[in-house]
Amino acid sequence: MSTCSVSKGCFVFKPSPKKRKLSQKTVNYFRERNNASEDTDVRFVTCQSLWNQIKLETEQIQEDLNKQLFDNLVSFLRQSHSEFQEKTTEWTCRMKSREIPTAALVLGVNVTDHDLTFRSLSEVLQNNITPYIALLEAKDCPGIKNLMQKLMGQLMNCYIDVDSLEDEDHMQVSQNKIRCSMTSIISWYQNVTKKTDSETPSKKRTSSSRHWQSPPVVVIFKDMESFTTKVLQDFIVISSQHIHELPLVLVFGIATSPMIIHSLLPHSVSSLLCIELFQSLSCKEHLSTIIDKLLLTAQFPFKLGEKVLQVLINIFLYHDFSVQNFIKGFQLCIVEHFYSQPLSVLCCPLVDAKKRVNSLSHDQCENIRRLPSFRRYVENQASEKQILLLTADNFLKEITQKLLEDLYVYHENYVSVLRCLHVFTSSLPKYPLGKQIRELHCACLENRVWETEEYESSLQLARMLNKSDLVTMLQQCVEIFVSSSGKEFDKTIEKLKEFLTQFQELEAEAFQEQDGSVSAQKELQKKTDLYHLQKTLLELKESRRSKKLTKFEMLRFEVVDYVDSLVRTYLVPADHKTLHEIMYFNTASVLRGHLNAAPRVALHTALNNPYCYLKNQALKSDGGNISNKAPDICIVYKLHLECGRLINLVDWLEAFSTVVTAVEGPNTDAASSDQVDDIIHARFIRAVSELELLGFIKPSKQKTDHVARLTWGGC
Amino acid sequence: MSQAGRRERAALEVKFVPDEEVLKHIAEDSGIKVRKDKTQLTVTLKTFVKKLEDISDDGAQEILEEKNYVAALGICAQGSMGNGSSVSGGEVYSFQTPKRSSKMVELASELAQTPGQIVAAGHSECPEKTAKTPQSSKRPGSNKAQQRSKKKEFVSTTPYRLRKRLAAPDPDLESESEYSASCSEGDEDDQKEGSAGLSGQKTSAKTKAASVSPPRNTLAKKVKEDKMSNLVEEYFEAHSSSKVLTSDRTLQKLQKRRLNQQTLHDLLKKAPLAYAAEIKELNQQHESLFSKWMLHLHWGFNIVLYGLGSKRDLLEKFRTSVLQDSIHLVVNGYFPSITVRSILNSITEEVLDHTGTFHSPLDHLEFIIKRFKEDSSLELYVLIHNLDSQMLRGERSQQILAQLSSLPNIYLIASIDHINAPLMWDQAKLSLYNWLWYETTTFSPYAEETSYENSLLVQQSGSLALSSLTHVLRSLTLNARGIFRLLARYQLEHKDNPSYPGLSFQDFYQQCREAFLVNSDLTLRAQLTEFRDHKLIRTKRGGDGVEYLFIPVDDSTLTDFLEKEDEDV
Repeated sequence: MSTCSVSKGCFVFKPSPKKRKLSQKTVNYFRERNNASEDTDVRFVTCQSLWNQIKLETEQIQEDLNKQLFDNLVSFLRQSHSEFQEKTTEWTCRMKSREIPTAALVLGVNVTDHDLTFRSLSEVLQNNITPYIALLEAKDCPGIKNLMQKLMGQLMNCYIDVDSLEDEDHMQVSQNKIRCSMTSIISWYQNVTKKTDSETPSKKRTSSSRHWQSPPVVVIFKDMESFTTKVLQDFIVISSQHIHELPLVLVFGIATSPMIIHSLLPHSVSSLLCIELFQSLSCKEHLSTIIDKLLLTAQFPFKLGEKVLQVLINIFLYHDFSVQNFIKGFQLCIVEHFYSQPLSVLCCPLVDAKKRVNSLSHDQCENIRRLPSFRRYVENQASEKQILLLTADNFLKEITQKLLEDLYVYHENYVSVLRCLHVFTSSLPKYPLGKQIRELHCACLENRVWETEEYESSLQLARMLNKSDLVTMLQQCVEIFVSSSGKEFDKTIEKLKEFLTQFQELEAEAFQEQDGSVSAQKELQKKTDLYHLQKTLLELKESRRSKKLTKFEMLRFEVVDYVDSLVRTYLVPADHKTLHEIMYFNTASVLRGHLNAAPRVALHTALNNPYCYLKNQALKSDGGNISNKAPDICIVYKLHLECGRLINLVDWLEAFSTVVTAVEGPNTDAASSDQVDDIIHARFIRAVSELELLGFIKPSKQKTDHVARLTWGGC
Repeated sequence: MSQAGRRERAALEVKFVPDEEVLKHIAEDSGIKVRKDKTQLTVTLKTFVKKLEDISDDGAQEILEEKNYVAALGICAQGSMGNGSSVSGGEVYSFQTPKRSSKMVELASELAQTPGQIVAAGHSECPEKTAKTPQSSKRPGSNKAQQRSKKKEFVSTTPYRLRKRLAAPDPDLESESEYSASCSEGDEDDQKEGSAGLSGQKTSAKTKAASVSPPRNTLAKKVKEDKMSNLVEEYFEAHSSSKVLTSDRTLQKLQKRRLNQQTLHDLLKKAPLAYAAEIKELNQQHESLFSKWMLHLHWGFNIVLYGLGSKRDLLEKFRTSVLQDSIHLVVNGYFPSITVRSILNSITEEVLDHTGTFHSPLDHLEFIIKRFKEDSSLELYVLIHNLDSQMLRGERSQQILAQLSSLPNIYLIASIDHINAPLMWDQAKLSLYNWLWYETTTFSPYAEETSYENSLLVQQSGSLALSSLTHVLRSLTLNARGIFRLLARYQLEHKDNPSYPGLSFQDFYQQCREAFLVNSDLTLRAQLTEFRDHKLIRTKRGGDGVEYLFIPVDDSTLTDFLEKEDEDV
């Protein structure tokens, strides 16, 4: 069946049921390209389990980060209608106050992440406060009627969820038939709460253990900014009339700033709200936590290379601030890595990896031998070992196991030392190596960090730290090393502790030394004569220069040098390590192409420089130029660049035919040159309508046979 | 003699100092530099040239910075596919610059003159030419005689300039200084016309002018002003004038037979596709990624294809080779009357076998989402050609499609072509779509996508109307045809009158009677009703309540129609 038709735009293809495979396994697509390798299944499973693990982890992180916020919200909701719970006669006094308790939830600009937050929020509320939650989005509520409809639909559905299917007959009344009004919501609410009251005591217990007798109704506006003000205002005014009958609580999801409430709602409406502000964690902190837990840990064997990480962070910082998108990028990296790297089968926990190494096929061994990092390793070995490595599979496997182990140890140590270095650099003025640990991580991955200027300057700055800072840093480092899983750090801890005790000893000595310096200072204060002051200052300076370093300074140098030595041993860039290709995903171009594409640049390149895509010598040209043998659309495009806002089609056509006939050869006689060849005319029409489809031009009514240009300048 | 001239110049210069002061205040930025120039009384030519270089360096610097930004995003062009990313944003999104109307002809002849060779396009005009063009545009030479008519705007301004130029310099000025004056004047002229905004070239021309003319200070100032206000001026110039400097030629005058869809199609079939081998190779590269597409689809991503060339064939190939055994829906976005509703309908009716209607697309969508969530074994592949088409690019349609695509068991593969297509999506929609971008530049012609009548340009419009006209008229009586012809002729006679309201009924009746076409006004009315039912004519009431009749077809089609009719009769 063809999909070309002049009467229809949609075509459904349904294969006959027996022919239809229920669902082709994803693993098949994994396999198709690498038919040769038999490890694809294992790889696919590894990939999937790794991703699931990471997904769980990220969800856990999100939950932990939101915990504080949700706790606050829950306690706010509890309080908001406490009077209502008591069912006292104080109602009458509440009648007068029509304020709706409102929580303004400032979530930040990363709109994409909000969905997840709201989902977990409603879950939390459902478990702790109330079953009656409605989540409203602006796109579903263009008018107050739609809003009420949506609201009722959600509220009454959740009612079914709570009370199972007991009273289905009650719900048979279709939602459409009920008049959507506040009164019907109220009657529904009273109905529901009464029912729970009248139910058997045992049942009541169970339900009231989680919720109160009359739980509040929570209405969440997910994206408050995009609601039309009219709808919001109407809803607030109407519901404030009924607040004494219906314990309503509003939650506003705000992406910008809390000021938006006041700019959206006039005072008369906003005065009906009793707003309390809640601030969620900033997305940057969220990202740091994610990086901390996913990348700077030895838990997951999969690692990101420097360029890839840089691309992901740049997309986050320059484009969307969305942690969700960062994780999506991470997911793509995992899929790409396992798909394109046959050896990624070894990218799993060390125990499994060792087993898998033993069962590697010959092809896979060859793959290992082909790795650039492994070749480098082989070249540094003795010649007989080289031969063994290149010929004997078993020996290779043995060595691979050893190398993998090395790599794991390296990771463990790397993380601890990186954190330790971060403790030092994050408190230096101007942050030469970056404020965040991710920046430091990138710097370390990129190349030998100790060879960079920034590192040099930060060491110099570290040599000027004062004692109290230094001591706290050392203590932090000790904590990091103690908590780390690396086994090599016993000595390091000892050494650091030794430094600490030395500092304490210094403190005792310092008391004695202080006297001398104080006297000098006092002397300085006595002098009021300018000449003498200058003289003493010069003397002081002289003496300071000549004086050898104090004990503290010596110790400080020692500490910094020690940290430096740690860095040099443990923070070797990953791509200097043998077999790093197995763990590290480093093809940033693929990632960038998929996530941060530039469609217009691609078009621009194709039109300006077709040789980029069509590898024909005739099209080859220097930058900015175009061959006159280029495809029609390129020529038409180039010609239209020379025009202003309007383009005369006749001129355009003539210019085009001039170019095209010149290419095809001068055999066309002079007589026909006046009249454009039909085929050329047709080609021109096609090219022009293609340009129209691409959005470069549009038909114009301003002048007959003219089209208007839609782009500026060079494009 | 020349010294005298120079002295004259110096005197002039002194006179203009206050002007400079004023300008200094206006242009703060360059003002400082100018003041510096004044302190150094002897400004050497060298420093001046250097300054110019500095300016152009600044421009280069900016481009460099842009490139750095691109680089910061992790540019790592590997392989042929990554080439696109090496273009900086400044090249792609630059300001609009006013263009000279003759530019296209020049470029075309340039391209044509050197067949088989690579020609510099526009950018590398030789300096001689730039020096010449202003002059020729001032006094339209023989080569531009044909375009003279369209340069009315220029013609009107030129005398003023000439007058000014004749009045300003002293008559005893030497020819050399006269030349320099005209040259700088020419530069100004050039500026006004905006020679494709090639600043580098302009500056080079200006340095030349500066080296000839003695009063460097004033020139330096002028150049700087030009430089600074260049962008702003060019922008406003491009947008302020409602007059359009293009020739008045129309396709009518070409004596060109209009091509209809069929002949166009046939002609294009005859024309061999250029670079077929390379295009095939390109396509094969893309086809090798099919299994990867499926993998990504199954990992929860949706795929969007972009790049020059029709992606229809590629998607068809994908469909026939991979999706044969699964349920899939193909949507031709370029189809002129496609709607989201029809897409949703085909899902509910044909995929879910549900009969029933829905109040709104939102209800419809909800139903679909519910069904897909209930039945996880249900899988649907949706292929949309041209997601950015006129009919689907609206906010609401995109929202619905995005929500549809966010379902875990609906897999969406779409293609986009329009340069501004990504603007359709905000962050929320993007996250729903969860796109993975694939560059698939195919260079194949957009045959199917542009085949619908309204997607073609003026050459085509009307051919459908014309054929419908002839078809309807053929079924009518001779008298009826006569009536219509009469109206058509009358309309054509008045085609130059922009305020022509149409033919009033009374006049029409009168004329028809005279031509023995009708005998009563009732028969005419009956006839007109028939025309109206076939949408051949339209009526509108004038201010005085009189009914005016006209044919809602453009003049050229009408002419064609009359010609054809005359042949028949």
